Order: sequence, then structure tokens, then C-alpha cells
Amino acid sequence: MATIELQKVEKKFGANHAVKPMDLTIADGEFVCLLGPSGCGKTTTLRMISGLEAVTAGKILLNGKNVTWSHPSERDIAFVFQFYALYPHLNVYDNIAFPLRAEGEKKEAVESRVNEVVDILRIEHLLKTKPGKLSGGDKQRVALARALVRRPAAFLMDEPLGALDAELREAMRAEIKQLHVAQNATTVYVTHDQVEAMALGDRIVVMSDAVVQQIGTPAEVYYDPANLFVANFIGSPGMNLIAGKLHDGRVQVAGGVDTIPVPVGYRNTLPAALNGAGDVTIGFRPESAILADDGDIAGEIYAVDMHGSYKLLHINIGNGATSGIVHVRADRMVTFPIGSAVRFSIDPKMMRFFDPQSKQAIQQEVTQ
Amino acid sequence: MSDFYETGPSKPVTESIRVDKVSPKARRMHNIRAIVVVILAILMLIPILVMTQTAFKTRADVVSVPPTIVFKPSLEGFVFLFTERAIAPPGRIKALQEAAETGDLSLFDRVALNSGQEITGLSDYVGRLTNSLIIAGLSTVFAVVLGLFAAYAFSRFPVAGKDDLMFFILSTRMLPAVVVTIPLFIMYRQLGMHDTHIGMILLYTVFNLSLSVWLLKGFIDEIPIEYEEAALVDGYTRMQAFYKIVLPQAITGIAATAVFCLIFAWNEYAFALMLTSDTARTAPPSIATMLGRGGIEWSAIAAGSLGFLIPVAVVVFLLRNYLLRGVTFGAIRQ
Ligand SMILES: Nc1ncnc2c1ncn2[C@@H]1O[C@H](COP(=O)(O)OP(=O)(O)O)[C@@H](O)[C@H]1O
Ligand SMILES: [Mg+2]
Repeated sequence: MATIELQKVEKKFGANHAVKPMDLTIADGEFVCLLGPSGCGKTTTLRMISGLEAVTAGKILLNGKNVTWSHPSERDIAFVFQFYALYPHLNVYDNIAFPLRAEGEKKEAVESRVNEVVDILRIEHLLKTKPGKLSGGDKQRVALARALVRRPAAFLMDEPLGALDAELREAMRAEIKQLHVAQNATTVYVTHDQVEAMALGDRIVVMSDAVVQQIGTPAEVYYDPANLFVANFIGSPGMNLIAGKLHDGRVQVAGGVDTIPVPVGYRNTLPAALNGAGDVTIGFRPESAILADDGDIAGEIYAVDMHGSYKLLHINIGNGATSGIVHVRADRMVTFPIGSAVRFSIDPKMMRFFDPQSKQAIQQEVTQ
Repeated sequence: MSDFYETGPSKPVTESIRVDKVSPKARRMHNIRAIVVVILAILMLIPILVMTQTAFKTRADVVSVPPTIVFKPSLEGFVFLFTERAIAPPGRIKALQEAAETGDLSLFDRVALNSGQEITGLSDYVGRLTNSLIIAGLSTVFAVVLGLFAAYAFSRFPVAGKDDLMFFILSTRMLPAVVVTIPLFIMYRQLGMHDTHIGMILLYTVFNLSLSVWLLKGFIDEIPIEYEEAALVDGYTRMQAFYKIVLPQAITGIAATAVFCLIFAWNEYAFALMLTSDTARTAPPSIATMLGRGGIEWSAIAAGSLGFLIPVAVVVFLLRNYLLRGVTFGAIRQ
């Protein structure tokens, strides 16, 4: 098993940055998800770690050893490709045995090791089959088996569940998690699906436009997004972001009726960060809003989605000029007629503030 | 008829077929088309049938009008093909006639008696066919191997001016052979390569290379690069990945390309006529020149053509499965 360290790793294709200088340290046995919209540089990052793509600048350390310019075959890592890349002319057994044969293992050793991983992934019945005849889930299992078989120092997976349908995806997600717990192998997992990243990652690296936006645990990126991009990208729907104004220790929601006292943790940092300008972006999660007749913010029901265990209200809080929809979670049993007026407050502990100019989050004071 | 649209087909449809092809009318059209295709195929095969028959006919049967369909097969044509003959002196004929009355004659003596010719030695046919095999076979191997490496490079590496180079390679095929035979003839004579096996192998290799590079590049483009990348991270070198991953997957394309190259080299006439005379002369010009010698031995020519046809037919037959998939140029691959 291994640690992976990226130091100012950067990749340019011609003049375009696919990955801007990036620092990342992955601990032994850690499961790190690279998360971001399509084209943000996730695959490129993974390919640089594997050596399939040469870095433009920076250093890559595996287990403390500089491997920036080592051949992919010398890095002792396994790569699971998005479309599996199972060798079509070899049957499942030979596919799984392929990496072992590169090391010139004896026939018996290969066989026993293949049987071991085949056992873990429950694919004994497929050994003689060619990849073309496998279902999506089985292809995925074979690809995982081929990655596992060599006991590599690290696993790199590029959207391995991207080609599966929703139901299978969830099952395979659990399988990958289970596999990780059992093998405790350092894993870098690329996905554009934030649900997947939240479910799997010990830590999540959120990327956008070739830049790392935030590195943190799933709880950190969810509750304390570092900037507006992360706030909006994580969660479905993302964090509600509404314009506000700060004066005299209270914030006024744009177009709102009432002012809200600044939450405890922000009493000093908020005025300091805003530097007197007053304009601020307020963020809160749909589940952090409390519907109440005497709520601070008024709006009208725009749409209602039934999500099974709860309802998601789309509330228009825009008063003409500052039209804006926010999402609020509500009891599934209560009826909300479209167009009716509602009021809600924001749980002060769950309220977040962002600087609309720099788009960065404003830090809370550390409370003892 | 019209109630087909009410009731549908009499038998449940259990194959993959578009709705408008199920109606009895459409099915009948389909059968008619199939019959037309079979008839065309038979028409195409008639010359080969006639050639095969002629090879086994005697001289009398060959020239008889109307042509004989049913005849007594004879190996006369093959004897003529493999031998050199001269007009037999009258004394010899007489002796043979006497021998024929008393006892059995050998095949050769019988031919001599029937044609009035005497066998003086072996013909050069076997040698010419061997030349064809060596030259076409080796040039095909070289064209495919060199083409494979070039195609791989064009497909996988960022070659500067790739498109222009590819076009240049293709353009070497645009000149008709006759245009370049004269300069080649002069060059080959200067270099001492006239009428040599090496010369002909080199020529056909170079000529086939353009086709080979173009075809194989198409096939290699079809193989996703991820397979090689997977092999690289699995611990293999680029060369190993090429042998173990690319080659087995390109085998269909390689077989198809090899057949095209082989057919060209095997059939090539104009260069062979100009650039060879004896040692390296291939079968096509040599069969053609049989026409000119003395009386036209149609059965010998037919027999020679038949022998010339067989090697290619065998290769195509052996590779037919690859060819069917190969000539679709990966269109069916997913
Ligand atoms: N081989 C390449 N040549 C040129 N540009 C590339 C290449 N690979 C990726 N890119 C560009 O780099 C950016 C990041 O790509 P990628 O890492 O594949 O994104 P992601 O995996 O996050 O969707 C994209 O804008 C893409 O167009
Ligand atoms: Mg990608």
C-alpha cells in the first residue's frame, strides 16, 4: 500500500491548462474522490498519476519516491478505465491473469492468485467467457479483479460506474466500498457524480475549470463549502445562495421583510471580511430552513416535488427585482398549494456566508 | 392480400426484421432479388467453368462446334503445359502407331501419337509458378509487416505533417503502372536488378505498401488506445503491448490486407512483362506468351490458368472468415 503526493502538478495541452498547479497528499489506505463537472481535468490528473500522461510541471511521489518520470509499468499502480478496457481477444481468466504474466509469475502462482480475486468478486462462472459477452456489472467486476490481482500500491479508477444503469451503479458502489474496506488499498476515484463521491470518499477533491476548489471530507465539502462553486455543486439541489446586506449586526435578505441577527460564529469575521461594503451572499441547505408562520423570510410556493420521505418546496422569494428560487425541505404530509404564501427561517448554526466579489466563503470563528 | 394489413403475417415473426419487410409482397421481392443474385453469381462462374473444362479436353473437343459439354476428360492439356515438344519425325510416328496396335502406350506416347509431336523436355511452367509464389508471397509479407508498423505509428504517434504524408503515400498509387515501367526498366537495368527475384519483390512491396498502410491504419484506428494503456499500467512495455494487445485485435485487418496485397502481386502483368525475362519471370506473362508459340494449345493454356488460379483461391478460402469481417472495415464492430 502506498501514499501518493502531488506537488504543484500541472498539465497544459498547448496553451490550455487542463490541470492548474495542484497539491494533494493522499494517506496510505485512503479513498480519495476527484469530483467535478465534465472537462474539469479529473481524468488528466489520474492519467498523470499513472504515467499515461506526462506532467507539464510539478512532482509526483509514490510512497515518498519521486516517480514523476517513471514508466507507467514501473509505478505499481492499477488503472480501472471508464469503459473497462478489457482485452476483447482474451477470456476473463486471461484478462485477470494478464498483469501477473507481465511479472513472469509461475503458472501455479498465477492460477492461485487469480482464483483468490475471482473468489472475492464472485465471478468464477465467467472465467471462460470473452468480455464481449459480459453484462456491464460483470465487466466492471472483471476490471476490478484485474486491478486487484497484482496487489498494486494504489488503485486509480476513472468513472468506473459511469457506464452502468442507476440500480446497478448503487450495488457496485457498495461493492467497491466493501472491497476498499477489506483491502484497505489507497484509491483515487474519479467521478462527476457527487452522490457517488459523498458515498465513497474518505476525502473529496472538488475541481472546476482545471482548479482544485476544495479538499475535504464529505461533511466538510457539504456543510462548509470553500466557495460558491462548491456550495452550488455539492448536494442536489445545491446550497441555496441568496443575496443579502449586512448592517448593524443584522443581515437583510434582498427583498426580504425581516432582518436576521448575524449568527454567533460570524459576529466578528463577517464585518471584517466584508470590509464595510455590506453586500454578502447567504448560503443554506434546503434542510436547514425551518417553515414557520413567523419566519424571517417570506415567499410564495413556485413548485413542489415529492421525494418520497419528504417534499422539496421551490419557494420564490424574489420581490420583483431580485427574483430568486430557493429550495426548502418540508413534511411530506403537508399540502402546499402552488402560489400560496409561506414564511421560513434559517437555522443560524447552518447559515454560511460568502463574499460575492471573491466568491470565497467567509470563515467562522473557531468556537471553544 | 389486403387482409395482411388486418391480420398480419400467418406465422409469428421471430426474427429481427423491419415491419415493411414482413408483407408477402416484400417477402416475394426478397426471394426474387436472391434469385437474381444467384443467377449473376452463376454467370460470373461460367468462364471459370469453361476454363476448367477446357483444361481437361482433347484438342478435338476444344475446337469442336458446337462446344462439347459432356466429353471424355483427358490430361493432354497438362502434358502440353508441363513439356516442351517438337514435330516428331515420321519414323517415330510410325513406330508409335505399330506399338499402339500391339499393346498399351504410356500417357506421353499417346499424346505424342495424337498430336504428331515428340516430347523434348520439361517446360518452364513450374519454374514460373514457383517464381510467382516466391515473389508474391514474400512481397506480401514485407508489405504487410512494414505497413503494419507504419500504420501503427501514423495511428498512435503525433507525426508531423501526418495528413500530408498519408496523402503522399496514397499518391504513389495514382500513377498507372505503364507510366512508370519504362523508367523502372532503365533503373533496374542500371542497378542489375532486371530479371531478379529481389527486384520484383522490392517492386511489389513498395507498390503494395501504400494500400497496406492505408488499410491497416483504418483497422488500428478502430482499436481503442485504452487497451494499450491498460497493458502499460499492467506492467508491459509498449512493444509488448503491441504484440499482445494490438496484433491479436488487428488480425482481421491484417488478413484482409494480406489478401489484397497478395492478389495484386499475384496478378500483376505489366511490370512482370517488362522487368523479367527468364529467371524471375512470373506466371502471368508466361501464360500469356503461350498464345504465341506454334499452334494455340487452348487446353494447355486453360490448364496453366487453372494452376495459376488455385493458390489464390486456397488463400482466400482459408481467410474467408477474416475477410468477411475485414472488408467491412470495422463498420460492424462496437
Ligand atoms: N489529449 C488531449 N489533448 C488536448 N486536450 C485534452 C486532452 N485530454 C484532455 N484535454 C482537455 O483537457 C481538459 C480536461 O479534460 P479531462 O481531464 O478529460 O476532464 P474530465 O475527466 O474532468 O472530464 C478538457 O478541456 C479536455 O478537452
Ligand atoms: Mg474524464
